[in-house]
Amino acid sequence: MIEGIFVEGLAYGIMVLGVFITFRILDFPDLTVDGSFPLGAAVMASAITAGWNPLIALGIAFLSGWAAGTVTALIHNKLKVPNLLAGILTMTMLWSINIRVLGNRANLPLIRQSHMLTWVRGIAEGIMSPSMAVLLFFVVVTIAIKLLIDLFFLTDLGMTLGALGNNEQMVTNQGVNVEIIKIIGVSLSNGLVAVSGAMIAQYQGFADVNLGQGIIIAGLASVMIGEFLMRSNRIWVLTTRVLLGSILYRALMYLGRYYGYYINLTPSDLKLITGLLIIVSLIITQLRKERSHFEREEAASEKKNI
Amino acid sequence: MIELQKVTKVFNPGTPNENVAVRNLSLNIDSGDFITVIGSNGSGKTTLFNLIGGSYQPTRGSIFAHNKDVTREPEYKRSCYIGRIFQDPLLGTAGNMSLEHNMMICTYKGMKSLKKNLNAKRRAYFRERLSDLNMGLEDRLKDNVGLLSGGQRQALTLLMMALSEPELILLDEHTAALDPHNAEMVLNLTTRFVNEYNLTTVMITHNMHQALQYGNRLIMMDKGEIILNVSGEEKKKLTVNGLIERFRKIRHQDIDNDELLLS
Repeated sequence: MIEGIFVEGLAYGIMVLGVFITFRILDFPDLTVDGSFPLGAAVMASAITAGWNPLIALGIAFLSGWAAGTVTALIHNKLKVPNLLAGILTMTMLWSINIRVLGNRANLPLIRQSHMLTWVRGIAEGIMSPSMAVLLFFVVVTIAIKLLIDLFFLTDLGMTLGALGNNEQMVTNQGVNVEIIKIIGVSLSNGLVAVSGAMIAQYQGFADVNLGQGIIIAGLASVMIGEFLMRSNRIWVLTTRVLLGSILYRALMYLGRYYGYYINLTPSDLKLITGLLIIVSLIITQLRKERSHFEREEAASEKKNI
Repeated sequence: MIELQKVTKVFNPGTPNENVAVRNLSLNIDSGDFITVIGSNGSGKTTLFNLIGGSYQPTRGSIFAHNKDVTREPEYKRSCYIGRIFQDPLLGTAGNMSLEHNMMICTYKGMKSLKKNLNAKRRAYFRERLSDLNMGLEDRLKDNVGLLSGGQRQALTLLMMALSEPELILLDEHTAALDPHNAEMVLNLTTRFVNEYNLTTVMITHNMHQALQYGNRLIMMDKGEIILNVSGEEKKKLTVNGLIERFRKIRHQDIDNDELLLS
């Protein structure tokens, strides 16, 4: 069961990394995620069922998410639609597309199919327990993705993307087309989200069109929980923080699911709890900000008195 | 080098809020010029900058750079050869990024690649340039720019812009939001960089003394028009009282802006 928390935390962690890129780095609240997550799952499940190599299927899932992000960014850029609305538009359209991808049905089981996790379990047979093998697999995959993202944000393009959410004017003044940077950022984010969806589909053994419901809020809650853990301006710390936040969030949800009945919680209450978690995080951040502001003023007035 | 031909900018045309911010304005900026621009609030100074910089497109008229029509060229493309500094010190740098990352982003103009150009050699170069500012910033490469003071941020913006050696720089009251000490420091730095890097400069200022003290040309704007354009010896001889007198002669009224007179 403790493996389960870590596996979920890491597998959903790939999605949280994507949410982190749009919400925190780009300052582009992107709701496409609720559609691109099940899109990744649907593409993966359909491709595997059709007998494709799971690695190629994963690549296609990433590209499908990338395309979904591009659509959102283009709607936002070209039609001057607010980013929230652009995301909702794509997300809504994706619901229909996902059902098409799944073959005109709402879900597709993967029980008898061979996919990445059945490989992993097969290789590990006799060496370690299947659940340990799956955990090890996700540790390797998620950390590899995290390191790639760290590397990306140290390149010139990555740095520019990092500056965009902070200061769009500055990026424009460097002769960079802000619209293209936004497309790259939102697409990359949704690509990651789709990969996460593909992983979850294999882990859970099915793809469902409603897999993405509320996923953006779960991602945001994970990002916020992570932000309480440490402060830094180094990208590798920030992404580590994101993954830790994701694991902690899954642990909290796990507690709610398994021990919640002591206080009459049902699984359907978890969304409410997630929402409250975000609100509490926001309140604490606000209080911290006010306090540090107050302290700074206090210090400034003391300086004057001297 | 940059030429504006009969440029007009109308905001909200055809509505009750219609406002002609710049009216039939023509201006030639030559290489090596240092032009100071004065004028009261609403006289169209900032709109003029936005037109040159490409944030706005003119309603009528054309803009040329090196005899090439750039009227419809988007802002980001024009930024490759025009550098801008705004009144707000926060606009020139990304506050939640480190100094070295800010400097790296500003090293090359134009679209960025997937290369990792920030290395030890580059850091040493940044450190060397930062030590020119005499602010101790060379030891704070990894610090977030948000931790710096307004004056330090504006000085950094100035340095980063100078290093990219644009053909023209537009300074929009870039010292107005700073305290007197920092304002003087940034202004000294400005003249130093303008000379060192031989930058063609247009500077908006609210301060008549400054406008007279700096540069080789002076432009006075009122109601979207250039009403005075002096250069060379004529500018050198001009005094604050002379300026007020010239305004009265042209407009048949007194300058009604205390800010211009008192500063």
